[in-house]
Amino acid sequence: MADVLVVDDLDVTFQLHNSEVKAVSDLDFALAEGETLAVVGESGSGKSQAFLSIMGLLAKNGKGSGRAMLGDTNLIGLSPGELDRYRGKDIAMIFQDPMTSLNPALRIRTQLGEVLVRHQGYDRERANRAVIEMLERVGIPEPVKRASAYPHELSGGMRQRVMIAMALLCRPKVLIADEPTTALDVTVQAQMLDLFKTLTNDFGTALVLITHDLGVVAGVADRMMVMYGGRCIEKGPTDTLFYDPRHPYTLGLLHSTPNVDKRAARLDPIQGLPPSLEHLPRGCAFHPRCAFRFDRCFEERPPLLPVEDVREKACWYQGELNYEEVA
Amino acid sequence: MLGYALRRVLTAIPIVLLTITVCFFILRLAPGGPFDGERALPPDQLRNIRAYYHLDEPLVMQFFRYVAGVAQGNFGPSMVMKDFTVARLIGIGLPFTLMLGFTAFIVGTVAGLVAGAIAAVNQNRWPDYLLVFVVLIPIIIPNFLMANVVQLVFGVYLHWLPVGGYTPGAWLNLVLPVLILAMPHGARVARLTRGSMIEVLGTNYIRTARSKGLGARLILARHAIKPALIPVVSYLGPGLSYLLTGSLVVEQVFALPGIGKYFITAALNRDYGVVLGTTILYVFIILALNLIVDVVYAWLDPKVRFR
Repeated sequence: MADVLVVDDLDVTFQLHNSEVKAVSDLDFALAEGETLAVVGESGSGKSQAFLSIMGLLAKNGKGSGRAMLGDTNLIGLSPGELDRYRGKDIAMIFQDPMTSLNPALRIRTQLGEVLVRHQGYDRERANRAVIEMLERVGIPEPVKRASAYPHELSGGMRQRVMIAMALLCRPKVLIADEPTTALDVTVQAQMLDLFKTLTNDFGTALVLITHDLGVVAGVADRMMVMYGGRCIEKGPTDTLFYDPRHPYTLGLLHSTPNVDKRAARLDPIQGLPPSLEHLPRGCAFHPRCAFRFDRCFEERPPLLPVEDVREKACWYQGELNYEEVA
Repeated sequence: MLGYALRRVLTAIPIVLLTITVCFFILRLAPGGPFDGERALPPDQLRNIRAYYHLDEPLVMQFFRYVAGVAQGNFGPSMVMKDFTVARLIGIGLPFTLMLGFTAFIVGTVAGLVAGAIAAVNQNRWPDYLLVFVVLIPIIIPNFLMANVVQLVFGVYLHWLPVGGYTPGAWLNLVLPVLILAMPHGARVARLTRGSMIEVLGTNYIRTARSKGLGARLILARHAIKPALIPVVSYLGPGLSYLLTGSLVVEQVFALPGIGKYFITAALNRDYGVVLGTTILYVFIILALNLIVDVVYAWLDPKVRFR
């Protein structure tokens, strides 16, 4: 399958008062047509900032550099005006908080219809029909009535459905979903993930699922990318990472997630705190929290290297990862 | 919506009654009366005049007599300007005051909105710094002082504009008074607009709008302005009433034929009817303005409509 989005050497830096913070360093990945990639990491791991920079939505003091090729176009470094030709059309984004991500002063149909008017040249009426059709498709009851509603008249789950409908109106090649289920009830989360799966399948849209919730990843993602301290530290097919993690951090993440099969008496959090991006540790950024560290980890940062055919990791430790040893 | 407006009108009645009561008694507490001139009147005459205006009755009686009159639309006679009723005096002065106030309101509001929006879009760049500094000036300096300054500069030294006075059609005479009235109002509107616009531009829903590739202009015009106007609109009602009351002083400084002239002389002369009548009128205007603001508010913020 052809790659729809190829990211190469992506850096994101933020200018602070008199220092510079690198939120994302040397990020590489390719996203194939229709594929689902999960990007996993703690808060501050740079997972959101990487994709905000691709969308041109970084805060004013943030700057992306490198390449994010959407077809033949490098999205990094485009002016907002040039980006507007692709944003919402070929590449769309859904945000974490559906309660605040819709404009409270505008009707649902206005907020959705304008995407089609802008990118597809529809007139209002045609856009309205398409909007109602899409609302029905994302499972909103009484779509005609809801189209005229304001956001505050809808529940959180409904609003996230509206956001999904909005992002998919132009059948984009890439959909980036930044923690799309975090703000929702657990019962609604599962429905929402089903919806993502069905719709991206139907439209052939590649999905990037940014999350810290491994439970979300398991059922949905084809591949998985684990980020720590602004870098990708392990990458590969979801199943292999789940059943056979090779990076101590991935292992730690998996063990700190509730699992029905294991019935552990307690969950094991990863000891310590995620690093501050301003003062990343020397060597491997994870070494202060790592049970498998040895002298090399303190001095040299491990590069991201292929482990087997399909996976990569950034870790010096090459031996067996035995969890019992850690716990 | 209509029921809401009607309820609001009904709640205005006790407010008007309360204002009348408070103003009536406060005015009577003040020493002196309408007939205390430089030279005291002979006791017989004074007694006759006081009887004519029912000033010899107990105060409470006078109060009820006055309220009954107002309820029938009769604001009584002016006690100082013998040939005029209060209604007539107001009729002469009010149109000019309203014209002056509304002109200043429109000028100030438009200028403030535009300046505030420009500053917000250029946050922390020189247009923003300039505005934040400049708007402080008319807010800090009282308008009667500022009025004298512009009279001196533009009238006396530069001879660009007339210093004061007004005859119908002489619109050049209105430039300075409108400016003086509009500046503090515009400055407050600009500050409010800037603040709320900056806040709105940082919200998640503006980020969503950007992620849709809508373009800066459409985002500003459709997504940012309406929510950003909400705090500004809630200021406009009180803002306009400040303008109308503030114009009393400005009219005096620029020797303009508005209601302010009558109001101030009436207050000094204890012309009870005129002071009360003007005050009640202002209460009406302010209540009406607040009602309009609330209706506009409901249009801007859909959440208000269902309360």
